[in-house]
Amino acid sequence: MLSGSVSASADTGGHGHARLQHHFDDLDQQREASTFGMWVFLCTEILFFGGLFTTYVVYRQRFHGVFAQASRDLNVVWGGTNTAVLICSSLTMALAIWSAQINRRKLIVTFLLITMAFGLTFLGIKTIEYKEKFDHHLVPGPHFHYVCPPGEPCHPEQAEVFFSLYFAMTGLHALHMIVGVGLLSYLLFPSWQGRYTSDWHNPLECIGLYWHFVDIVWIFLFPLLYLIGAH
Amino acid sequence: MNITDDTSAELALQRPSYLHDGYGWKSWLLTKDHKRIAILYLISITAFFALGGIFAMLIRLELLTPEGDLVQAATYNRLFTMHGVIMVFLFLVPSIPATLGNFLVPLMIGAKDLAFPRINLLSWYIYVLAGGFTLWALIHGGVDTGWTFYTPFSTHYSNGYVVSTALGVFIAGFSSILTGLNFVVTIHRMRAPGMTWFRLPLFIWSHYATSLIMILGTPVIAVTLMMVAVERTLNLGLFDPRLGGDPILFQHLFWFYSHPAVYIMVLPGMGVISELIAAFTRKRVFGYTVVAFSSIGIAVLGFLVWGHHLFVTGESVYAATVFSLLSMLVAVPSAIKVFNWTATLYEGSVSYDTPMLYALGFIGLFTIGGLTGVMIATLGIDLHLHDTYFIIAHFHYVMVGGTIMAYMGGLHYWWPKMTGKLYPVFASRLSALLIFVGFNLTFFPQFILGYLGMPRRYWEYPPEFQVWNVLSTAGASVLGVGYVLPLCYFLYSLFYGKQAGANPWGAKGLEWATTSPPPTYNFDYPVVVDEEAYEYAPDARAVARQEANIA
Amino acid sequence: MSSTMAEPASAPAHAAHTPSRKPYFLTCGFLLVMTLITYVVARFDLGPLNDIVALSIAVFKATAVVLFFMHVRHSSNLTKLTVVSGFLWLAFMIFITLSDYWTRGWLDTFASGR
Repeated sequence: MLSGSVSASADTGGHGHARLQHHFDDLDQQREASTFGMWVFLCTEILFFGGLFTTYVVYRQRFHGVFAQASRDLNVVWGGTNTAVLICSSLTMALAIWSAQINRRKLIVTFLLITMAFGLTFLGIKTIEYKEKFDHHLVPGPHFHYVCPPGEPCHPEQAEVFFSLYFAMTGLHALHMIVGVGLLSYLLFPSWQGRYTSDWHNPLECIGLYWHFVDIVWIFLFPLLYLIGAH
Repeated sequence: MNITDDTSAELALQRPSYLHDGYGWKSWLLTKDHKRIAILYLISITAFFALGGIFAMLIRLELLTPEGDLVQAATYNRLFTMHGVIMVFLFLVPSIPATLGNFLVPLMIGAKDLAFPRINLLSWYIYVLAGGFTLWALIHGGVDTGWTFYTPFSTHYSNGYVVSTALGVFIAGFSSILTGLNFVVTIHRMRAPGMTWFRLPLFIWSHYATSLIMILGTPVIAVTLMMVAVERTLNLGLFDPRLGGDPILFQHLFWFYSHPAVYIMVLPGMGVISELIAAFTRKRVFGYTVVAFSSIGIAVLGFLVWGHHLFVTGESVYAATVFSLLSMLVAVPSAIKVFNWTATLYEGSVSYDTPMLYALGFIGLFTIGGLTGVMIATLGIDLHLHDTYFIIAHFHYVMVGGTIMAYMGGLHYWWPKMTGKLYPVFASRLSALLIFVGFNLTFFPQFILGYLGMPRRYWEYPPEFQVWNVLSTAGASVLGVGYVLPLCYFLYSLFYGKQAGANPWGAKGLEWATTSPPPTYNFDYPVVVDEEAYEYAPDARAVARQEANIA
Repeated sequence: MSSTMAEPASAPAHAAHTPSRKPYFLTCGFLLVMTLITYVVARFDLGPLNDIVALSIAVFKATAVVLFFMHVRHSSNLTKLTVVSGFLWLAFMIFITLSDYWTRGWLDTFASGR
């Protein structure tokens, strides 16, 4: 998916452009292939998260009341903040690509770093949330102990399903965030070196696509996990 | 497509073939050449086929007698599980796409390589890693859940190495995804000038359809097995009935991939058969466009039928009815292919070289497998036949009688192109015969066994079933010999085989318009396509004799 | 559809003038506002409408990200088809699986004497 442009060795091969790989006819073809490849990969990610979303939908309609009840144990402020953080990180990611389009290499690095900072903030807040769950015995398993709100139907085992889904879905998402931050750091040095110009900045675009996708997953996770019991 | 044999001989002197372009471990293990990667896959896939075959042999040996006297019941469970896991995930799914597909897709479309050569190599390493995990689990005693990993047995009660096997399958899935991704991007973006969609060989159409399934289906089994692993190790109970979870949900998610997976296994085989039929009737496949679209049709419809694996689980009868109808519908595009291949034979200039023997065998055996599939898509029939040997016979007819026959046919057809060598003809015909006879003797009795009521995955059975089991085991022995023979003569051909020319079959197709074996970048001239697929001349037979390099 | 035919580039990278940042800021603003709206609406009990509204807003937000941040607005038809296919397949998986759960109880309703 990352075409050879991020490799350290320049590859001219008589094709006249340092970034062109041997098996492509021209840079346009290489760019189109790379971008299309990343989109195809994102399709696989849709289905990958999709398995968990399907599970969520099935159990949500089965345990409607308990899911709403259990959802109230999630902190909407943290969740909402994280949503805003990711939205802003998508903005800065898009601006990093814009910086490449106007050939401002230091600005690319700046925006990449800000995007990474947002990403790490997200992960930091997630860590706080997970720690809270751990302290309140809401991590599924042998130490799970759900305290039902008084006056409402009590099904701790159904609440445990909710929390299993919470951890599985946000955990998988967080894993993707970590990979995303790693990919961004991989772009820092070549950006600084000025490898990404208005002519060629395809790796930025491709990793940008991945980053935005991870944002989209969270856009669905937030209402489905945090807001179903808000009323 | 205007290269003559003289030119190819000249060019053969100018540039080394891909086999001779660099020697040593590093040039193979760090290669980016899709052809070398195809050979790497060929070797590792053959090794896993042999391993899966050993398990099959042990199963059939146990089933020679009604009593469970060869192995213990728990061991038997592990035998059929490992047979299934290895054959499905480490052999059938990658087989044709990763070997023949990897080798031929760029050649057939006139490209220098796949779109992402390093990802191609990565997919092989991922495959090897997956194999490693599976072997590790195997050595430590294996898994006994069946290749289907049904919960709650797999999540709570099994004592086997579920997590490592599931991990192996999960990783193998990524190898598959990367292959599919590579093919889709390559076919869209790297066709030579003049190679329009409807000039593509049908092999490419079927691999394109297969790749769509790999991309859209495989991630689901990946996440599902991850959920099983997580439930087993971290107690995140998602399928656990004690928590109100639904084990049937696992089956929904599992079969959402695993049904389309069978089309991943058979569609490339159908692509091979289209090529073989065209080449050995020296005719354009009848109804080319319809056959091309039928591949896409199978890929799409194949995603909508998975519930037929859940007919007896307590699935809603209404959903089951719809699944039953859709399952019958998906037989239509497959049947269209069979009709069109048969129609191609009519007034064709048919020759019965070994690849054609496999192609004809495929048509017959796949038809039987497919028709029995329609039988068990019928709700009432499936109530009786589910989990019996009828199901086993059905899927072995399509997987072995179908896919593996196509794989063998393809190997025999493209072996001269891949290696530049010709194999002994008599030995190849003998093994085709042994495979055909052995296969039918192994699996036809299993239809009868299933119909009579013998359940699958049982290590002992009532004595009245013994005669059919003995026939089946006898057939399996013949089949085994049939599979070992090609290993021998293919290896023999590498050292002692006659040199093959660029186009020993006199076939149409860009892969035949370059040397055998091809040079590293496939074509030493800019490829421009100016004719339709399979444009054989009407008096093709005479021309073929002239073009063929076989002495 | 030859491989050398140039399809529209996936980003307006070859613009002679400076490409505009406005769409990005507008999209970001839109997303933040919609997030707020989603939260506010969730505070009221609208019955089944809660889910519908929340999901619809999420779909709008995702569409904005896809069209503007991911540049699909300027992308080829192939890219658009790819995006749609991914979500369509997810819809198949969710709704066909749900069709089992939704109709399991029907047999008891329709069968007599049970």
